[in-house]
Amino acid sequence: MSGGGSAERGGRGKQSGGDPVGAAPVEQRVAALEALLTERGLVPEGFIEEVTRRYETEIGPMNGAKVVARAWTDPAYRQRLLTDGTAAIAEIGFGGAEGHHMVVVENTSAVHNVIVCTLCSCYPWPTLGLPPAWYKDPPYRARMVREPRTLLAEMGCELPEGVEIRVWDSSAEVRYLVLPQRPPGTEGMPEAELAGLVTRDSMIGVARL
Amino acid sequence: MPAPARLGRVFRVDGIHDLGGMQGFGAVAHAPAEPVFHEPWEGRARALMEVVLDAAQPNGGEFRHAIERMAPGHYLTSSYYEHWLTAAATLAVEHGLLAREDLEARAGGRFPLSGPVLAWPVTDPVAGASEPRFGVGDRVRVREWHSPGHTRCPRYVRGKEGVVVRLDGTYSLPDVEAHGTARRYEATYSVRFDAASLWRDEQRGVWVHVDLWDSYLEAA
Repeated sequence: MSGGGSAERGGRGKQSGGDPVGAAPVEQRVAALEALLTERGLVPEGFIEEVTRRYETEIGPMNGAKVVARAWTDPAYRQRLLTDGTAAIAEIGFGGAEGHHMVVVENTSAVHNVIVCTLCSCYPWPTLGLPPAWYKDPPYRARMVREPRTLLAEMGCELPEGVEIRVWDSSAEVRYLVLPQRPPGTEGMPEAELAGLVTRDSMIGVARL
Repeated sequence: MPAPARLGRVFRVDGIHDLGGMQGFGAVAHAPAEPVFHEPWEGRARALMEVVLDAAQPNGGEFRHAIERMAPGHYLTSSYYEHWLTAAATLAVEHGLLAREDLEARAGGRFPLSGPVLAWPVTDPVAGASEPRFGVGDRVRVREWHSPGHTRCPRYVRGKEGVVVRLDGTYSLPDVEAHGTARRYEATYSVRFDAASLWRDEQRGVWVHVDLWDSYLEAA
């Protein structure tokens, strides 16, 4: 998206093109903050690279996909996941910041769940990683609570009229994960292979598998 | 932290961040896959946020409130990592870690920071209702109230009626903890609203759930 010049983002994609009038370019502002904090001895050696690496390689939707695939193949686990999301997700080894109180909401053929944070960018980091840019930008936050059926269709998730939509605005301490429906034709597929079918969007609820 | 302005009256100061239901933003720039960080500076800004939080030890909610205090035009025209950069730099200055002049000298230009805190610190914990006042199935109404400071009660549900669908345990009320050392622990609930009643339109079979602290609610 960056540098893509996407019209929808109104120039927001190319971050350095959106600097407030008279402001230093954002890269220079980041560099200034980093330099001053480093001079005061507040930035541990390698800390910045470590944080970046962790979110780029270890913490992401591949974690949530493992949780979903387990729930698809193990009915007792699915039940535990829906009853106490935090504990069930911890069984697979995921937890921590923005995952201390997890609620998992299950899609069925009659019910579709979708998550949003209208006030900021709350998102279940341990299972989904850091949120994509569109999740944090105004259009999604403004519209998902106002016209979810229309917005979901625009995003490629067209739901039959009779399907009930449940929107979950993460406005307090709970973070949500959508348990998507297992795709037809995957009977007998091993858990690891099933995990490969689970997309980030299906666990946010803007796609069905 | 500098003394916040004490106001003779409570201004209505709903922040620009409170976006639920606002119109005119257009299409979502959705991409099924996108990099975690679009530019190297985004990852650095994210990590610097952690550095500042570690060094400044702000109150819970204070970082979010620093984002919410950004100038509305700046907020709407900058990416989320620029919000985090702005809030991190703002807290670094407010907590005395850095001086704004040094930031601007080093950046080679203006370094926009967030506006001042308009709410005053809450020093006396209000006698709290830590026991839940409501149970699953109860009808509740969200209080009509416009906070001068940080709150987690979205504007689009104020004055609206819904039904409690889940109790989530007791948590510190952000409206209090963002503005000082006092804490007030309260029950939190997930409240279900019929979208048609929120927006006075014809949509059917759409439920919007909002997670709310006890103080935000009254019996309906």
